[in-house]
Amino acid sequence: MASPAPRAEPAASGLARFLWRRPRLQLSLLLAGPVGWLVVAYLGSLAVLFVASLWQLDDFSGEIVQNPGLQNFQELIDTPVYRSIVLRTALIAALVTITDAVLAFPIAFYMAKVASPRVRALLVVAVLMPLWSSYLVKVYTWRIMLSNEGMVNWVLDPVGLNGPGFGNVATWLVFSYLWLPFMILPIYAGLERIPNSLIDASGDLGAPTWTTFRRVILPLALPALVAGSIFTFSLTLGDYITPTLVSSTQFIGNVVYANVGIANNLPLAAAFATVPVAIMVVYLLIARRLGAFESL
Amino acid sequence: MLHLSNGTRWALRIGTAITLTFIYVPLIVIAIYAFNDSRSQSWPIEGLTLDWFDKALHNPGVRDALWTSLKAGLGATAIAILLGTLAAMAVARHRFFGRDTISFLVVLPIALPGIVTGMALNATFTQVLGVDLTLFTVIVGHATFCIVVVYNNAVARLRRTGTSLEEAANDLGAGPWRTFRDVTFPQMRTALVAGALLAFALSFDEIIVTTFTAGSEQTLPIWIFTNYSRPNQLPIVNVVGLMLIVLSIIPVYLANRLSQDPIGAPGATAGAGAAARG
Repeated sequence: MASPAPRAEPAASGLARFLWRRPRLQLSLLLAGPVGWLVVAYLGSLAVLFVASLWQLDDFSGEIVQNPGLQNFQELIDTPVYRSIVLRTALIAALVTITDAVLAFPIAFYMAKVASPRVRALLVVAVLMPLWSSYLVKVYTWRIMLSNEGMVNWVLDPVGLNGPGFGNVATWLVFSYLWLPFMILPIYAGLERIPNSLIDASGDLGAPTWTTFRRVILPLALPALVAGSIFTFSLTLGDYITPTLVSSTQFIGNVVYANVGIANNLPLAAAFATVPVAIMVVYLLIARRLGAFESL
Repeated sequence: MLHLSNGTRWALRIGTAITLTFIYVPLIVIAIYAFNDSRSQSWPIEGLTLDWFDKALHNPGVRDALWTSLKAGLGATAIAILLGTLAAMAVARHRFFGRDTISFLVVLPIALPGIVTGMALNATFTQVLGVDLTLFTVIVGHATFCIVVVYNNAVARLRRTGTSLEEAANDLGAGPWRTFRDVTFPQMRTALVAGALLAFALSFDEIIVTTFTAGSEQTLPIWIFTNYSRPNQLPIVNVVGLMLIVLSIIPVYLANRLSQDPIGAPGATAGAGAAARG
């Protein structure tokens, strides 16, 4: 890596020599495409999104008026339904994050500290594969499993219990399922970095398992845990597919989707889409303070 | 080796087993449902059949959607390979002001919720550029979040291989293009194939950004999303679901074999962000 060390000038064609003498030009040629694409197409679009959130819909014609103002944000704050949707989304995102942390820790610890190298490699693949397999299909499968005649009720029925059916509990369950690998992998990487000697030392000094976990492992693994939570939190905030398939409740994503597709109120949708961005910015700032970025 | 009590060891094993079961049961269930011989979706299924595979493959909607998904995936992958490689060469082989910003910029499209990326592109296409939403806009959207996986794989490889061979080529009189063609590219090839496979898998599954950029185009995930509530279509939806899972797992498996830099490495976790989103 790094800038080229002084080297002999290549005895190559004129163009090659021309480029070799101008590493800056080489660099600009390399960067023009990707930076052009990401800045113009992507950052440009994000800027449009923020500008569009200031536009409004003409009440009579239903046409978009490109006339900046804060009415959409006013509407978001003033409408109780929207407020409770934001709260509900953030609450579920937090619950999902906690659930995934609890489910991820044992397997991550087992992978990092107990399993043999062969088993460890196998487990990493086993956790990684579902992460890449179709997200929509996974949600859809849960829909089948949670339905009245589905597998969950079939399993619980003999014990005299009933499945959660469709609703908030189902949404929480499916989100936890979907994002679990995102929590396992960073925690695994974080735990792997903790020297065994620290854990052994804690035991040798008489700390019971629980104390070692609480006083040694957890503080050292915290940045990794926060890194994982960035995914579980962020992914929940923007999703509308899961709530659509396994509940009839509205989440931030549903409102955005409905306003773009059905109500055709792009400005309001744009304004609502900035809410997860704002929440994530605050979340990322906190995460950075906790040292999570080194664990990503 | 860490000293753990037997109790702790067993607790960890049980916890691992629970989590793995939780992860894999739904994937197995959808595989079974694809062979379900009844239209009813109740569990347990009554019998097995291959009929729905035949029906799915002859369903014009599925065929069109599969074709659209393939075109979108290939288009997005091609752009992602080009831009991802260029960005990786710049970051791994040059030192310049704002280098860290490039890595951040590349990751941003998948770090933000899909709905934000989708909305942003939708607003730009429809309001500013005034273009119709077509396959082209889908490809632009997919390419934007696919760049990161090619980039991650390429950067990891370039960092690992170092610059000594390239310097030797230079000393022996090879110009930049010849050095790239005969030295750098062969070293990067498997990493690029791995990145391309991942990018394709990512695009093939994506639904959220697609929904906002597709207009009337239907990719396979969108076909599922419009058909999952039609009881008549459910058996075919199950088959398409299994197809999607298999077609996204195969490229990932191959990519994992090809790339000596494990895909689970830090940073690639971020790369997988989009997979889950879409």
